[in-house]
Amino acid sequence: MIEIPCPWCGPRGEQEFHFSGEPKVRPIPAEDVSDAAWAHYLYHRTNAKGPVLELWSHAAGCGRWFVVERDTITHQVMATRAPS
Amino acid sequence: MTGTRLAHGGIIDRNQPLSFTWNGRTLSGFAGDSLASALLANGVKIIGRSFKYHRPRGIMAAGSDEPNGLVDLTHGAHHEPNARATTIQLAEGMQAKGLQGWPNVEFDLYGALDLAHNFIPAGFYYKTFIKPSWAFYERAIRRMAGLGTAQTTGDKRQFDGLHAHCDVLIIGAGIAGLSAALAAASAGFKIILVDDKPHLGGSLQWNDATIDGLPALDWIGQARAELSTYPNLQILSQSVAFGYYDHNLIGVMEHVASPHPGWGDARLWQIRADQVILATGGFERPLLFADNDRPGVMLADATLCYARQYGVLVGSRMVIGTNNDSAYASAMGLSQQGAEVTIADIRSTTSPSQARAEMAGVRVLRSARIVRALGRRAVEAVDIQTERGTNIRIDADVIASSGGWSPAVHLFSQSGGRLRWCDQRLAFVPDQYKQKTSVIGGANGTSDLTDMIAEAFSTISVLAKARGLRISRALPEGPQAEIGQPIKPYWRDPAIKGRQWVDFQNDVTVKDIELAARENYISVEHLKRYTTLGMATDQGKTSNIIGLALMAELTAREIPDVGTTTFRPPFVPVSLGAIAGSRFGRLHSPIRQLPSYESHRALGAAFREYGGWWRPAFYPKAGEDERATIAREAKAVRAGVGLLDASSLGKISVRGPDAAEFLNLLYYNELAKLKPGKLRYCFLLRETGNVYDDGVVARIAEDHYLLSPSSSHTQGVLDQLELWHQTEYPSLRVHFHDLTAAYATISIAGPRSRDLLTAIGTTIDLSDQALPHMSITSGQMLGHHVQVMRVSFTGERAYELTVKAGLAPYFWECLMYAGADYGATPFGIESLSLLRAEKGYILIGTDTDGLTLPSDLGMTGPLLAKKVDFVGKRSLMTPDARRSDRRQLIGLVPEDDHFVPAVGTHAMVEIAGHRRSIGWITSSWFSPHLNHAICLGMIEGGRELVASGATITLFDRGKLSTARAVEPCFFDPRGERLHG
Repeated sequence: MIEIPCPWCGPRGEQEFHFSGEPKVRPIPAEDVSDAAWAHYLYHRTNAKGPVLELWSHAAGCGRWFVVERDTITHQVMATRAPS
Repeated sequence: MTGTRLAHGGIIDRNQPLSFTWNGRTLSGFAGDSLASALLANGVKIIGRSFKYHRPRGIMAAGSDEPNGLVDLTHGAHHEPNARATTIQLAEGMQAKGLQGWPNVEFDLYGALDLAHNFIPAGFYYKTFIKPSWAFYERAIRRMAGLGTAQTTGDKRQFDGLHAHCDVLIIGAGIAGLSAALAAASAGFKIILVDDKPHLGGSLQWNDATIDGLPALDWIGQARAELSTYPNLQILSQSVAFGYYDHNLIGVMEHVASPHPGWGDARLWQIRADQVILATGGFERPLLFADNDRPGVMLADATLCYARQYGVLVGSRMVIGTNNDSAYASAMGLSQQGAEVTIADIRSTTSPSQARAEMAGVRVLRSARIVRALGRRAVEAVDIQTERGTNIRIDADVIASSGGWSPAVHLFSQSGGRLRWCDQRLAFVPDQYKQKTSVIGGANGTSDLTDMIAEAFSTISVLAKARGLRISRALPEGPQAEIGQPIKPYWRDPAIKGRQWVDFQNDVTVKDIELAARENYISVEHLKRYTTLGMATDQGKTSNIIGLALMAELTAREIPDVGTTTFRPPFVPVSLGAIAGSRFGRLHSPIRQLPSYESHRALGAAFREYGGWWRPAFYPKAGEDERATIAREAKAVRAGVGLLDASSLGKISVRGPDAAEFLNLLYYNELAKLKPGKLRYCFLLRETGNVYDDGVVARIAEDHYLLSPSSSHTQGVLDQLELWHQTEYPSLRVHFHDLTAAYATISIAGPRSRDLLTAIGTTIDLSDQALPHMSITSGQMLGHHVQVMRVSFTGERAYELTVKAGLAPYFWECLMYAGADYGATPFGIESLSLLRAEKGYILIGTDTDGLTLPSDLGMTGPLLAKKVDFVGKRSLMTPDARRSDRRQLIGLVPEDDHFVPAVGTHAMVEIAGHRRSIGWITSSWFSPHLNHAICLGMIEGGRELVASGATITLFDRGKLSTARAVEPCFFDPRGERLHG
């Protein structure tokens, strides 16, 4: 179980957090987005080996969402920050 | 082997005798005994039968490395099927039985299997029990080869769990761990010291060493006293660190001899430490010789442990085989207690410890190896091959051996650390660290006590320096180091005929490893799985290294080239109940109670769980069955007035100058143009376009909305709002507050609902002009502030009254009292569910699933009208969303009036003799108002079927029936009753 430094509350155990996958840029406006681009946004995940960006929320704490830079091989958490 | 209790010695309490049973026989031991030491003291030789060959086995070790001593243990209400006798603290009234013997372990008919050993080598099962199938043989084989029988009545013990943090977590309280604790405590670190034994000191407790001028046991006492003065140190005894996880998280299982009033029998600690110090010591390896599994064959250090710690002499005539100096301590220790000891040393050299032993009366044979144990049910004699190649036979009741020490690197390996083979020590030692870990003492391959102390202090010193702290205590003075003779590599003598055991618990012999090598299972992982070497519950603590060394020899490789297996948690078996802790039964997923629970109970409500809430399903009268109750309640609502506790309905307050803009981006329906004081029924979609939740949204003021999500989706909706606000629209000024638990809601439904409210009296103008359907207001009622929403889920005129949660019972009772004149009837969720089905109102998750789009439910307007990019909008424009054969919500009326199809009944078509499902029924009721069955269903191309008035074939578990496709509204389709 990894330890994640919440940008607001400090380091806490993984069980306090909720994971929500890769941060994605939402394509808009709807009328101009192709079916393929929309499907890519909805369903495609890179599932990278190594350093990745992830969206987590401190669900059992402050409730804030933030970005985690994490290595999926070593489980090292390099950095956390508020979503931009 | 006939063990006896010594007249003196041991850290047992001889004033506290304990009575226990072994195979039904009553025996006695003392407080401080382990179950194993008590059995040995009573002369018990055979502790069990081996797993595969059913050979008699005795106690071999004194700790968690014990491979033979698994027993069936009952103590009070607790039963443990495979308890390790060496790690069980003896308690009054324990009942222990040997495993694996039939009828018992002393006389075991399956023992005949041993005669067939030539026919059941490794891989025998894989190769033999193929036809007709493994399942055909499994039962019989499991009976012969199973372990203890699990109890079927549930675990009666109580467990708990807790989290802890510290600067330094020290695992193991032998000389290295104690030294580290003394140093770290004096430096001011916050420390937790964990040890799996009841007493601190580890193997130092039975060591002859002098530290700080004191005998070992006295020094341990002094160290313990010193440690107890530090408020920054916590000691967990009888606590086994079983798992090393990411980011320095350690799982520790703490046991107590008698249940703790607060937390029960055991508790699981999750300890996160800045630095973990592993001082876990090592495990002694046995030497191999023919029939080395006979009861009475033990590890050398264990024999000394039993003598010194428990005051038990395991035998009177003892032969010890060794390839290193450590066994001499055991030889001398047992000789002092009056045993006749011969030591067979593979080495030809002379060391100071050998000389001391000889002076103490131990017979030392050099260049001598044990080749065979004699005796079947217990050791009787031993054959030793001497230097000149001649064999001598010595009578013995115990054969002990020491083949060197394997550092206990299990936790280090779990931490992700890499090991290195050390030729001098003949052991794998820690090499590359992955986490913030230090390994010291025997676990690091260090064997000299003084070196261990120095290692502990220097490790803490480095940590202290980094923190600007300083060790304020002197280094304990260990014994003067002496130059001994090095360990000599010796794994086996290929000339030995007869079976030699490597893994005792899983019955793996040298022959099995040879077979694996011949069949090319030479990778360590293949060796392990093919022979089951190291895969028993002792995880090969005594056998892994020997197995690797033999495989290296058989394939002409070096040991590091064969590799080592990865150690995985748990280090020792951990009870699943302890992992669950208190999270079971009613605490597993606590059910939420309504504030007026007592009122409903007094009315005789039948409660059921709905979306995590314990709510009245209906209120049966004496002699009334479920269907009759529901019919009565539903009729009362349509005829007069009914009362429903709707407190679990979500109440999320959304406020801020940008609340309208934000909600309009989130919800499917137009919300920015909703007028203050008005309500709208809305869908919240997922980005995939699927309907996540439905509910009424009220606009209380320009900058203030109130959402009413489904009872079970309130948290989910709040999470969605937060996610979108924080990540996509952070610049919008809006915030959310879940008020669900703070307020209670009572729904008053039926044509006489307004009359009832008027009778109670309120400052609110309840006229249809002032408060029409789908509007909200607030005012005073019964002397309190109330919010009233005029909204209906029954199809009748209805009001939802929201008050502070604490007032709920008072309002409920007043409404019931005043309602008596109007025939006010409490109704439950089942009755509501029927009433809403008559109206075709959907229940999210019941009538919809994860694929349902708003258009499937007949709501297409917003997509066409709304300009903003609301959540899920783009997904409603895909080809899939516009398919004409999507499953759509329709009504179904069975042609047999009194047949109520089961929910889940399929609608089907027959094409060229093949049946295909085109959807299913999602809600199904007998309507007491229409006097026939009504169903809602999600059916492919359903709208068209309704338009053509089609007849649909229903299929339920082989039974066919028919129903008409109709509009999904059976009662008051024009909605006149909502308004009038």
